[in-house]
Amino acid sequence: MSATGIGASVRRKEDHRFITGAGRYTDDINRPGQAHAYFLRSPHAHATIKKIDASKAKAMPGVLAVLTGDDLAADKIGGLICGWMIHNKDGSPMRAGGHPALAQGKVRYVGDHVAVIIADTLAQARDAAEAVTVDYGVLPAVVDTATAMTSKTVVHDVAPNNSVYNWHLGNKDDTEKAFKAAKHVVKMNIVNNRLAPNPMEPRAAIGLYDKAEDHYTLYTTSQNPHVARLVLSAFIGIAPENKLRVVAPDVGGGFGSKIFIYAEETVCVWASKKVGRPVKWNSDRTEAFLSDAHGRDHVTEAQMAIDENGKITGLRVHTIANLGAYLSTFSSSVPTYLYAPLLSGQYNIPAIYAEVDAVYTTTAPVDAYRGAGRPEATFVVERLVEVAARQLGIDPAKFRQMNYITKFPHQTPVIMMYDAGNYNASMKKALEAADYKGFGKRRKEAEKRGKLRGIGFSSYIEACGIAPSAAVGSLGAGVGLWESAEVRVNPIGTVEILTGSHSHGQGHETTFAQLVSDRLGVPLESVSIIHGDTDKVQMGMGTYGSRSGAVGMSAISKALDKVIAKGKKVAAYVLEASEKDIDFKDGKFSVKGTDKTLDFGACALQAYIAHKFNGQDLEPGLKEGAFYDPTNFTFPAGVHIAEVEVDPDTGVTKVVNWTAVDDFGVVINPMIVEGQVHGGIAQGIGQAMLEGVVYDKEGQLVTASYMDYCMPRADDLPSFTVGMTVTACPSNPLGIKGCGEAGAIAAPPALINAITDAVGHEDVAMPATPKVVWRAAQKALKKMAAE
Amino acid sequence: MAMKMQGEVTLPASRDVVWAKLNDPEVLKACIPGCEELTKDDDTHFSAVAKIKLGPVKATFKGKVALSDLDPPNGYTISGEGEGGIAGFAKGGAKVALSDAEGGGTVLRYDVDAQVGGKIMQLGSRLIDSVAKKYADEFFAKFALAVAG
Repeated sequence: MSATGIGASVRRKEDHRFITGAGRYTDDINRPGQAHAYFLRSPHAHATIKKIDASKAKAMPGVLAVLTGDDLAADKIGGLICGWMIHNKDGSPMRAGGHPALAQGKVRYVGDHVAVIIADTLAQARDAAEAVTVDYGVLPAVVDTATAMTSKTVVHDVAPNNSVYNWHLGNKDDTEKAFKAAKHVVKMNIVNNRLAPNPMEPRAAIGLYDKAEDHYTLYTTSQNPHVARLVLSAFIGIAPENKLRVVAPDVGGGFGSKIFIYAEETVCVWASKKVGRPVKWNSDRTEAFLSDAHGRDHVTEAQMAIDENGKITGLRVHTIANLGAYLSTFSSSVPTYLYAPLLSGQYNIPAIYAEVDAVYTTTAPVDAYRGAGRPEATFVVERLVEVAARQLGIDPAKFRQMNYITKFPHQTPVIMMYDAGNYNASMKKALEAADYKGFGKRRKEAEKRGKLRGIGFSSYIEACGIAPSAAVGSLGAGVGLWESAEVRVNPIGTVEILTGSHSHGQGHETTFAQLVSDRLGVPLESVSIIHGDTDKVQMGMGTYGSRSGAVGMSAISKALDKVIAKGKKVAAYVLEASEKDIDFKDGKFSVKGTDKTLDFGACALQAYIAHKFNGQDLEPGLKEGAFYDPTNFTFPAGVHIAEVEVDPDTGVTKVVNWTAVDDFGVVINPMIVEGQVHGGIAQGIGQAMLEGVVYDKEGQLVTASYMDYCMPRADDLPSFTVGMTVTACPSNPLGIKGCGEAGAIAAPPALINAITDAVGHEDVAMPATPKVVWRAAQKALKKMAAE
Repeated sequence: MAMKMQGEVTLPASRDVVWAKLNDPEVLKACIPGCEELTKDDDTHFSAVAKIKLGPVKATFKGKVALSDLDPPNGYTISGEGEGGIAGFAKGGAKVALSDAEGGGTVLRYDVDAQVGGKIMQLGSRLIDSVAKKYADEFFAKFALAVAG
């Protein structure tokens, strides 16, 4: 291992500009003559728009335009799309209602876009928004996930009973048989709470229209600018792709919420032509709470069948997933193909059947959020497993070990073919690191201090590296999920990597450069990673689902192979040897059995000056591209152990220990991976203890600021103990599995398992606030008293 | 979000006087906190403009007020609907009942049921009940002076 290659904890190259305030985010970009957009949003959860009177607003100082859904329709701008077709059990397609970027006749959630006011300054736009009168016909709201299908109020006429789809996966008959034959059945009702994504940088956009070229540019906070261009061009119809450039510069976190193509950027780019000026919009924090796609929001009934030997024989799940008022870009895939295929967990479960009802409600759209479907699946499986172990009186670690999959490849009953793993190795290492043996002693010691100490496990698995294009295509995806890369070697041997992956906190500028340094033997500072601009990078599918390592870097690796192969041809001419006698190692081409060498940089120069070979025999230059389409998902897995202390008098829970042992396959930069694990766990603890989006019965969002939505802070978290085991991923050339979401997937069940262990009662819903925990502790006391 | 509030005050005036003042837009305008305009459209309908501050949100609400279930001098229902532009909306009403107080004066009972939504709700939900209570207290303190005078 070199000091800068694969496996080295190199400091992040990008951090210097971030921590010195030199990052360039969308809101840092200003264009001469730019105007500002302000979105007038619905204060009602559900209403018809009878009339919009903007005459007064239009006459106000600085106002350039007040645009509504009618203007979009007149320009034949299409609605926002959902790019994944899910079919009902009966084979019919899902019922998707229209999703105009500005409301047309009806608003369906608080924050829905009624009109946009564009003015010289933001203050003028806001003032003018005050002067727009909207005559609403208020309709009843539908908020509750569990009962949305029985509501008399219908959100979209095309979706009776608010049912988007009724979908299933697995083998129903086998599962029924397993339950009939079961010795023991564990039943649980599980709610996965709704979350707001809260990236540090709120969403923003600037649309520009160049009249001379009849060309648009959109700067936006996107995790996948090429997908944004594709959708804005092919579906929404802003402009053909060659007339639309999308740039996602530095982006301050996304967690999924910046995958999607939203109303605001669509309107900014469209309106830039209408007003003849650049149009800028920057979300404020309350707008982010209202209109960034939320995450999770599942209500599930789950049962696990277990035989007389403590082996899990079946799993049955019915989930109702709230997709909000409109189908966001990938929303339909989250509670289906990103959820149910993970219900086997790390366990050998012969029969699984999952049924999912997705529902419309008058709330903000719900889509992928760090983990997307896998946290929901893991929470179901790991709560069931823990409770099963408790009911059977088997140690929860041992019960897991009894049921682990140990032979690979392993075909689950729910699509996935796990290719490699060693779950027991992670469990053993975690038990040791957490000093599981010493827990009894720690519990007794805590008891003396009046505290309830509990321990909880999570043996999660997830699917990353999404995904083989043909496979996702057969499941309804509207796109292929490969990745592209281009390696441009400059004449003096510096290297530019153009990648379709997008970095918004992950550290690609460092890890991708490490791969190049490792393979080409060039120093890190000679490598630049270029991403996020459709004018530079030809095509890409972006960053989500922990795919940038497994898929994005595999594409780079493939292109690097081509560069080395071409370099060998050049070197053969320069060193006057046969191409098959040329070796490449540590940045040097050499002729086998001789001391003749050519540095990589010198080779590049020779490739460009082309003095040593004939252009008919070999093309000059050193630039190669590749598309990499994965052959399977990757399957990171691991064990997290949470230890908590609960104050029974107040219900306050303190997370005292956290142990994570993860198998991410081959690790490029352990420091960055550890950082991803830390961030993920913090987010998972946030979901389990602190965070929760709350709408009241009328559909008003009551958690629309940090006064009411509680984010995890450093003092809510213990110092994490992070370890790793490694089984290389066999399906990609680098052996990478992916680490971006693992913490957020693993943490919630580990923490709730620990809290329920501490208080002695299973009725602890997320977020486990002091009130929730105190009530559970009281119930446990009452139960004990009654017994 | 629903906002419910009940209460009663004893006013130092006869029921007839209280009833008359409750129907006098000038008196109501003077007593409603933040009320800038209250004009009579007809005997039971008014147009109102009021400035309301709830936590970080300050907005001018414009709306219509209607009186119904008129039962002089025993009570009525006052209901209204106001739009605060981008600050949101408020709508709802109060049942007002008058009865003679022991030892003179009039007891006024009120039962408020209102809906609040939009930004005022998003930023101020925790404050709504206490602010509503404060506004009610302010109103009745002034109204008591008005009926006494």
